[in-house]
Amino acid sequence: MKRLVSAVTLASLGLLAAGCGSDGSSSGTPEAITLVAYDSFPPAKTSLNTALDNFTKSTGIAVKIVIAGDAGTMVTKAKLTAGNPEGDVMWGVDNTLLSAVLDSKVFSQYEPNEWNAISTSLTALVPGHELTPVDFGDVCINYDINWFTTHNVDPPRNLDDLTKPAYKDLLVVENPSTSSPGLAFLMATVAHSGKNGWQDYWKALRANGVKVVDGWTTAYDDEFSGAAGSTGSRPLVVSYGSSPPAEVIFADPPRTDAPTAVVESTCFRQVEFTGVLRGTKHENEARKLVDFLISETFQNELPLTLFVYPARTDTVLPPEFTKFAVVASSPLTIDPADIAANRQQWQDEWTTIVLG
Amino acid sequence: MAALLAAPATFIAAFYAWPVITLLWTAWRDQASSASPFRHIGAIIWFTVWQAAVSTALTLTVGLLPAYVLARYSFRGRRLLMAATTVPFVLPTVVVGAAFIALLPTSWHGTAQAMIVAHVFFNIAVVVRLVGSMVGVIPHDLVGAARTLGASPIRAARLVVLPLLKPALWSAAAVIFLFSFTSFGVAKLLGGPTHPTLEVEIARRATQLGDVSGAAALSATQLVLLGVVIVLASRRQRRGAIELHGATAPHVPRTPRERAMVGAVGAGVALVVGAPIAALVSRSFNVGNRWSMSAWSRLGAAETRPGAGLGVDPMASVGASLRFALVAALVATTIGFLAAAAITNTPRLGKLLDVGLMLPLGTSAVTIGLGMLITFDTAPFDWRARWWLVPLGHALVAVPFVVRALLTVLRAIPRDLRAAAATLGATPIRTWWQVDARALRRPLLAGAGFSAAISLGEFGATTILTRSGSETLPIAIGRLLARAGALPRAQAFAMATILLVLTTVIVMATGTHERLGADDA
Repeated sequence: MKRLVSAVTLASLGLLAAGCGSDGSSSGTPEAITLVAYDSFPPAKTSLNTALDNFTKSTGIAVKIVIAGDAGTMVTKAKLTAGNPEGDVMWGVDNTLLSAVLDSKVFSQYEPNEWNAISTSLTALVPGHELTPVDFGDVCINYDINWFTTHNVDPPRNLDDLTKPAYKDLLVVENPSTSSPGLAFLMATVAHSGKNGWQDYWKALRANGVKVVDGWTTAYDDEFSGAAGSTGSRPLVVSYGSSPPAEVIFADPPRTDAPTAVVESTCFRQVEFTGVLRGTKHENEARKLVDFLISETFQNELPLTLFVYPARTDTVLPPEFTKFAVVASSPLTIDPADIAANRQQWQDEWTTIVLG
Repeated sequence: MAALLAAPATFIAAFYAWPVITLLWTAWRDQASSASPFRHIGAIIWFTVWQAAVSTALTLTVGLLPAYVLARYSFRGRRLLMAATTVPFVLPTVVVGAAFIALLPTSWHGTAQAMIVAHVFFNIAVVVRLVGSMVGVIPHDLVGAARTLGASPIRAARLVVLPLLKPALWSAAAVIFLFSFTSFGVAKLLGGPTHPTLEVEIARRATQLGDVSGAAALSATQLVLLGVVIVLASRRQRRGAIELHGATAPHVPRTPRERAMVGAVGAGVALVVGAPIAALVSRSFNVGNRWSMSAWSRLGAAETRPGAGLGVDPMASVGASLRFALVAALVATTIGFLAAAAITNTPRLGKLLDVGLMLPLGTSAVTIGLGMLITFDTAPFDWRARWWLVPLGHALVAVPFVVRALLTVLRAIPRDLRAAAATLGATPIRTWWQVDARALRRPLLAGAGFSAAISLGEFGATTILTRSGSETLPIAIGRLLARAGALPRAQAFAMATILLVLTTVIVMATGTHERLGADDA
């Protein structure tokens, strides 16, 4: 019986060893490169993935998508592995995290061939060419059109309205410490009320009954009254400028009008970037992929798969977007360096003011 | 004996200790964080401890009777009921959270009560499994003797059964306390932003603030706190263990009182477990406030509207989840089996191994995940984003359960059986094989089912690992829930229903074997 026990031991070690031995692919096979993306990037079966397949057909370079978690987690991991990255190209670093990755030298510089096809307001954020803007979107107050009609109340027009008695107990927001739209909305209030004024704005919001939940899903699906089929009771929520078209596109049965709309003056601009990870063994192939990610073919697929706006200025938007989505003409913004320098302190202050 | 110890010890050293130590060391070396992570932490620790204590006490109270009835009586629907208590434990928290939010009154959203109720819902399975497997080996004639001597059923339960269950109760309490203490998804979704646990704060520091040093310091604090709990509980558990003899097979409830008890427990479990599950399933048929099959009929369609797709592949997700579950179950039962053998045979080193295997449960998932990331990063050990690291992470969480289930049974095996075998000339290993291994078949199978279920629910460090290939069901559900629109939401609940059915089938299948084992005993 001793033999049997040893056999089991060996088998278990063998299992571990088999795991170790089976993948030795990373070096010397430039035909496959790895795209590190955040968790809302679809791994398969969308037109975005079909477009990537076309990239493989035309260049002979296969692309393996790996999912690294939400944007914050992805960037934390990228910083920990700077110089010895988990993949070759990264998709989805946003402007609230931009300075952090630049300081940690996560990316290597590259100016793609079609750099000039991208909106200059976006390329201006990365003068050093460490990253390339790929898409943008706005985080804005969304409202439930039906609620405001039936209650005979005008929807709010701006951030200041939200602190007025007419909108008491109507707003649900996400915690900026745990949610990316939540953080964007905090930034919107800082941009609106100033570095020394936002604290008072939030005290007023709290007094006016703002509800804070942990993340977007709870806020939008469970607390907001405007999402199709929602059981929520609050008609104002922090969501995306592209949420109204999503309500149309993913409606069942199909509908032609959006049940929700956006308060344009409350929008904070989120920009997403891609870049070649420093330390990749496939620098040339990685650069080709970055070129492709800002090509017209790929950029055209972004609105209906990721619900963002292409960074290129010459793409054609789907009708649902032109009709129901809002691109703020003068969105609220904060310099990424300012965000990096103050983010942690703002989040801590916010926690004390709103949750304390 | 050394061989027995070697495999589990290597496993825990390579995939737990090494990554965690690497991370703590790196964090200590590079500490750059300006603000001390310990500034507001007192209140968070206090809240974490008391909610965990309350959750544990409440779960034990609620779970004890079902555990007893399910192990004691054989009746129609027993396996289904058994599976029903296990399913909540393995559902992804994001799904259960949504179901509870739909079910609980609005005034309860974002409260400690909501968190505690959910903890009870999740952890009843731990009581049913761990305490139930001990109830299963208490001989009938012990209780019978007490009754003959004039004890009422309640008195017999209090004076005979309860003391015998003590070790199992302690081990269940330890596990539930660990789970509630390190509560992450439930705390985030149901406790809301005003009720962070230490685990939530560690994850927030590491992933959202990028302050890995601060997170590591808090993680070390948590580990020390829970290390003390683990050691205390494992001592308690050993102290109470005694040997048992006699017939143990579950029997059909005969007296009206027994029938009433079985009926009441069945109804109670059905209500507590059924309500959130019914809410969950019904939401897959509720598309934008309308009853509809379209979430199901269009599940996996490449395009929900021309050009617009959700990228959901249900079959591929089921395949990925099952593959992980199989590997996790194989690794966890192998390692757990060897570990249980080593622990019973080598008292001193075994004790160390026992505690060592429990540690991953008390360590922040983020710490293990980030540790793996910076440890397995150089060839030939560059294992980042390797698919098998994920089921290995699941096994890390499952092994202590397998060990617990095996140990409670092993420690109750009569010593004179072993002595008899030894007298008849058997070597210690042969004795172990003939006497102990026989009793282990049932708990081992249950352990395999449980490990598979843990893997299906995506527990622990793996949520932070980078992944390649098809997404598992919980990951796909999380992605769908993060989309606006009626269809993605209903499809998320459709996928959750698939996960639910899959888990139920697996748990029931391992329960089938359990029954066969009981019949031929």
